[in-house]
Amino acid sequence: MICLWCYREIIPEITWSNLFQLYKPKPICLDCENELELLQGERCRKCSRQTNKEICSDCLWWDDNGALDTIEFNYSLFAYNTMMQNMIAKWKYRGDYILGELFKTYMVEAFNKKFANLKKDVIAVPIPLSNARMKERGFNQANLLAEFLPVIRADILLRKDGEKQSKKNRMERILTDNPFFIQQTINKPVLLVDDIYTTGTTLRHAATLLKENGCPAVYAITLVRG
Amino acid sequence: MQDYEMPPLHELSARFSGKLLLRKEIPLEETLFQQLLSLNYLTPKKAITRKNFTYQCERCGNQKHYLFANIPCGICKQRHLYCRKCIEMGRTSECEMLYYWTGPQFTWIFHENPCSWQGELTDVQQKAAQRIVTAIRNKERELLVWAVCGAGKTEMLFPGITDALQMGKRVCLATPRADVVRELQPRLQKAFSKVAIQALYGGSKDKQGTAQLIIATTHQLLRYEAAFDVMIIDEIDAFPYHADESLPFAANRATKAQCTTIYLTATPRKRHQMLINRKKLPHVFVPVRFHGQPLPVPKKTMCHSLKRDLSKNLPPAAFLKWIKVRQNPSRQLLIFVPSITLAENMKDHLYRILKLQGHFHSIEKLDSVHAADRDREQKVRAFREKEIFILITTTILERGVTFPSVDVAIFDAGHDVFDEAALVQISGRAGRSPDDPTGEVVFFHQGKTEAMIQAIDSIKKMNKRGGF
Repeated sequence: MICLWCYREIIPEITWSNLFQLYKPKPICLDCENELELLQGERCRKCSRQTNKEICSDCLWWDDNGALDTIEFNYSLFAYNTMMQNMIAKWKYRGDYILGELFKTYMVEAFNKKFANLKKDVIAVPIPLSNARMKERGFNQANLLAEFLPVIRADILLRKDGEKQSKKNRMERILTDNPFFIQQTINKPVLLVDDIYTTGTTLRHAATLLKENGCPAVYAITLVRG
Repeated sequence: MQDYEMPPLHELSARFSGKLLLRKEIPLEETLFQQLLSLNYLTPKKAITRKNFTYQCERCGNQKHYLFANIPCGICKQRHLYCRKCIEMGRTSECEMLYYWTGPQFTWIFHENPCSWQGELTDVQQKAAQRIVTAIRNKERELLVWAVCGAGKTEMLFPGITDALQMGKRVCLATPRADVVRELQPRLQKAFSKVAIQALYGGSKDKQGTAQLIIATTHQLLRYEAAFDVMIIDEIDAFPYHADESLPFAANRATKAQCTTIYLTATPRKRHQMLINRKKLPHVFVPVRFHGQPLPVPKKTMCHSLKRDLSKNLPPAAFLKWIKVRQNPSRQLLIFVPSITLAENMKDHLYRILKLQGHFHSIEKLDSVHAADRDREQKVRAFREKEIFILITTTILERGVTFPSVDVAIFDAGHDVFDEAALVQISGRAGRSPDDPTGEVVFFHQGKTEAMIQAIDSIKKMNKRGGF
């Protein structure tokens, strides 16, 4: 096996737990894996941000502006440290599709930990790309993350062409118009899937639209809490 | 033919001849682009080819399976390969084409008097420079210039480049390191003030690469095909050129059929030495530095507790002894260490110890630098301007940089990162100025290695060939 990130060979250590069992080697070496920072400890119940309050100030702000507070809660896996920034840049912007495989086990674990009770009827909905962006990148990173989850996936959201979120500042992001549209109604709870949670605007826009179209509850899972 | 207004043909051919580009790298309107295709002015070829069980990326030459991956493409709606090796330059995938210019060739300017350099070459340099000129005139395929550290390689190239420009040839000076490109550009622009020169490296502002004289990192050559009449590759033994197969591949492809390739090095690798010995590779040897003094021969100093000291981030005891008895205490000091962490951690300890010793009055500033350091360029400049007195560095400063008057120490010279070439290069940092043509080089080690012995041997051998 060769590490997907640093291209060095991974030599698995033989321990009692893998000596008699077939086991699946990880696609990333230990050194690289250790540089990723899993979010731990006390976190905001709503947006997964590391904080000692139960609900962070950002989420309280969203609460005050009730109309937009449409997601039950968001769960994120990783902190947006330098390593993760480099990985996201190569994966999403350079277009190194296979790097998404690195996050497969983490996504499945996180789903089982946080959303297992929803397993029966929840539908995973990836945040879509606009057609123009799809033509540029050739793949949707959120789609790949949604594929890892052990639930039904449905691409029911669509997106208008517009400026990149990552090129705007905080206030501009929050004040953008809803870029999504939908062509059907839905009567099951939805788990939105995206790669980065920064201000939460994107997810809230998508959730608002889903709720308007009959969705009873919207949850979110994001790879990184920016 | 439509009545579409085409930009003048010579403008297009200047922009695209010699280039090998993806569609997204060609900023032309679709109609014009299609028109050029139907005229056969642009020719497509597959970006990734399959042959039996092997794949090849046509841009970087990569054939390793683990550097390819499958992508379910949202553009062509099929699952196909893409190359992971050259992905930093924009993804090449199986559904894409690379385009190269097959329209009328651009004629480059015949410069009458391109060289504005006023300096003079020494006799030895002159001889080597003459050999380069002959090679270019006779369209010889290859020539290796083996010149000791500090022989003045760049200046030796000037007559050759001048000659090529006079004959309307296109010239590329490629080097593996971006630092060196940045250092070379102002020097060359000064020497050829009337010629348009472009410098290409990851993050350079001017990315067009359409000038007659181009200075580039070897990575940038991935975007060229059959472009240059004269290709000069500096430091062929340096990382990553000798380790990464796609760089020689790209450099070779960027040359025209009748191109002269000139390699420059101070420490040729085994393979090149073997080719020289078998007379398969013509070469010219420049054994003397431009100021005519021999290379400083390194001293080996055994330190019994070196590994223990270094693990505590302390300098070896023998170093503290040596620093008191340096021949010329006013020289700056360059300390090489094997790892980034050591460079960072030793800084404070060394400062404290040297201050405590008190033998070292002139200690103004001590700093460390390594590849991951953001202020790297600035620190190197500060050291050159003598604002920093002692600089702890990793191997990033082993080559391509000139400091006028330094002593050099290597901690743990037996470490794997210090191979023969690295040690010779590091020793070559000392005594580079005509005002202070000597300098001390000390290897602090715990058990000498083959690399150390061979490095010292080869320095002595070069001095001998230089007549010392």
